[in-house]
Amino acid sequence: MLQMKNLWWFAAVGALALFPVVEKDPTYMAIGFFTLVYMACATSWNMFSGYSGYIALGSAVFYGTGAYTMSLISIHANMAPGAAMFWLVPLGGVAAMVIALPFGWIALRVRRHTFVVITIAVFFIFQLGASNFSFTGGTSGLALPFITWGASYYFVPFYFVALGLVIFVTVISAAVRRSRFGLQLLAIRDDEDRALGLGVKVTSVKIVGFTLSAFTVGMCGALYAMEQGQIYPQFVFTPVFDVSIALMTFLGGLGTLTGPLLGALILESSQQWLTVSFSNGSLYLILFGALFLIVILFMPQGIVVYVQQRLSRKADLARMAEANVGTSDVAMAGGSH
Amino acid sequence: MNATALLSAAKDGLLTGSVYALMATGLTLIFGVMDIINLAQGILVILGAYLSYALQVHLHIDLFVGLLITIPTMFLVGIVIERAFIGRLKGPEKTAMSILVTYAVSLLIEGTLNMVFSTNDVQLQGWYVDKSFALGNIHFAYIYVAGFILAGVLLSSLYVMLYRTRFGVSIRASLADQTAAALVGIDVKRVSTICFGIGVAVTAAGGMIYGATNSFNASTSYDLISRLLTIIVLGGMGSLGGAMLAGVGMVFVGDMVGVIWSPIWSSMSYFIVLTIVLLIRPQGLFGKPVVRVA
Repeated sequence: MLQMKNLWWFAAVGALALFPVVEKDPTYMAIGFFTLVYMACATSWNMFSGYSGYIALGSAVFYGTGAYTMSLISIHANMAPGAAMFWLVPLGGVAAMVIALPFGWIALRVRRHTFVVITIAVFFIFQLGASNFSFTGGTSGLALPFITWGASYYFVPFYFVALGLVIFVTVISAAVRRSRFGLQLLAIRDDEDRALGLGVKVTSVKIVGFTLSAFTVGMCGALYAMEQGQIYPQFVFTPVFDVSIALMTFLGGLGTLTGPLLGALILESSQQWLTVSFSNGSLYLILFGALFLIVILFMPQGIVVYVQQRLSRKADLARMAEANVGTSDVAMAGGSH
Repeated sequence: MNATALLSAAKDGLLTGSVYALMATGLTLIFGVMDIINLAQGILVILGAYLSYALQVHLHIDLFVGLLITIPTMFLVGIVIERAFIGRLKGPEKTAMSILVTYAVSLLIEGTLNMVFSTNDVQLQGWYVDKSFALGNIHFAYIYVAGFILAGVLLSSLYVMLYRTRFGVSIRASLADQTAAALVGIDVKRVSTICFGIGVAVTAAGGMIYGATNSFNASTSYDLISRLLTIIVLGGMGSLGGAMLAGVGMVFVGDMVGVIWSPIWSSMSYFIVLTIVLLIRPQGLFGKPVVRVA
């Protein structure tokens, strides 16, 4: 069973790695790149908010911090435009962690409901700051060293680095979920007071989870800035980012490993495709909102859990059908588990 | 900078703050009674403003007369949203889900408003919008004074309704403890629906004043909702008095910072005040401290 599961993961990575080989059109390569970035971001978000149940709507703070770190360092160090800039991606993550520590320390003093609102407030502090400080270039943003890879090749390196990021984040998320630390996060989600009573250091566990999630989101932000070549505060510090990654995770399945990956794959690629095809932002907002409502009201547990439940119900029904045929089959079916 | 400028900023802060207090009271009432964080409050304010705009442009109805139509309309909009979406949410993740559902609702409204009214900025017009009268050295714009009076009247009628009527008692009981309220025979579901309606209805008045004093389009709602959320967290979520005080207080602080330093930092000062208060008092000024539930 485990073998089969691993096989699926390899197949998925293989299919994603083959995409740039099959698809040469830069428009679709760009869609692929953004989709991967959002898959990594949604997985990072889920690593804290999904496991601990503390819904954060301020992750754009880390995305923006990563983006500005990439931009400021590459500009002030006079870096030669090119692949060497990829080394700044982890630095973007580290900068986001530095921001996340005090942010988490303040915001995690309160319980869930207020936490959401504080993350939104802190997000606006950063957005306003980036638009008004002089070192961030204000509302006109910053221009990075201009990378002159040809249009047909431009997205290939970015695509594979993004794919690497997705794998990296997914491995961390899986490791967290299986670790003692991950169980502590899940315990906080289920009953924080009981977890505290049983000796879980809830505050430090929450802050570590929050900071870890910030690290990977910061890396994504740095990569995004490098790809764009020019950043503006209103695009890297955007409330739409916060809500998008939350929605992607809810769509796929909050707290599951595959949920955020699947949710981001579906939503980001369709959003990009709709933007390219219709270029009508308002229509997109309406479609997005309607889809969002349908998912939350009819599949609140997300696609992954919904499908799992349907499959296990099917399996149960099949087993019951077998039970009607003969009792020996039931023994065999039971034995195979 | 002189004393007159400061005094004038203080006056603006108090007058505008009352309108924010009104909008935030609706938001905190909804949270207190239902455990619902209504992220759509910002876009509903804008919807209220656009309703006034449509009545004014197409039917030439005065802004204040138009409130007789827009307030009941927004009340119905609230009832419909509650019945169609919010009322369906159950379980321990209800509050988190409510944030997402109301955000989805606000996206739907934002997209629709963009299509109907386009994304160009508009501002509500009336003879009182650009005129002012002077008391000593201080100029009072009619629209700000009118907004202050309107907010005062609506907040006091809300107060009378809450503290002097039988229905108000059931709302306050639901605010204090939903289960206990249900046990003594209060129809909490009905109270919730009506509260949501009331919480949304105030956006019609708030939106009209906002639209007459600022130019707006649908995306202005992001700025609004972030301010409103900050106000209710500062006041203590679910506390009506806290929302009123924090509403007036924050706009006041923002305006003062705008005069003393620069208008750029006035919005930022909100969030910094919020952070400082939360460090000292995590539950907000008038919030109930976190109670451990067995």
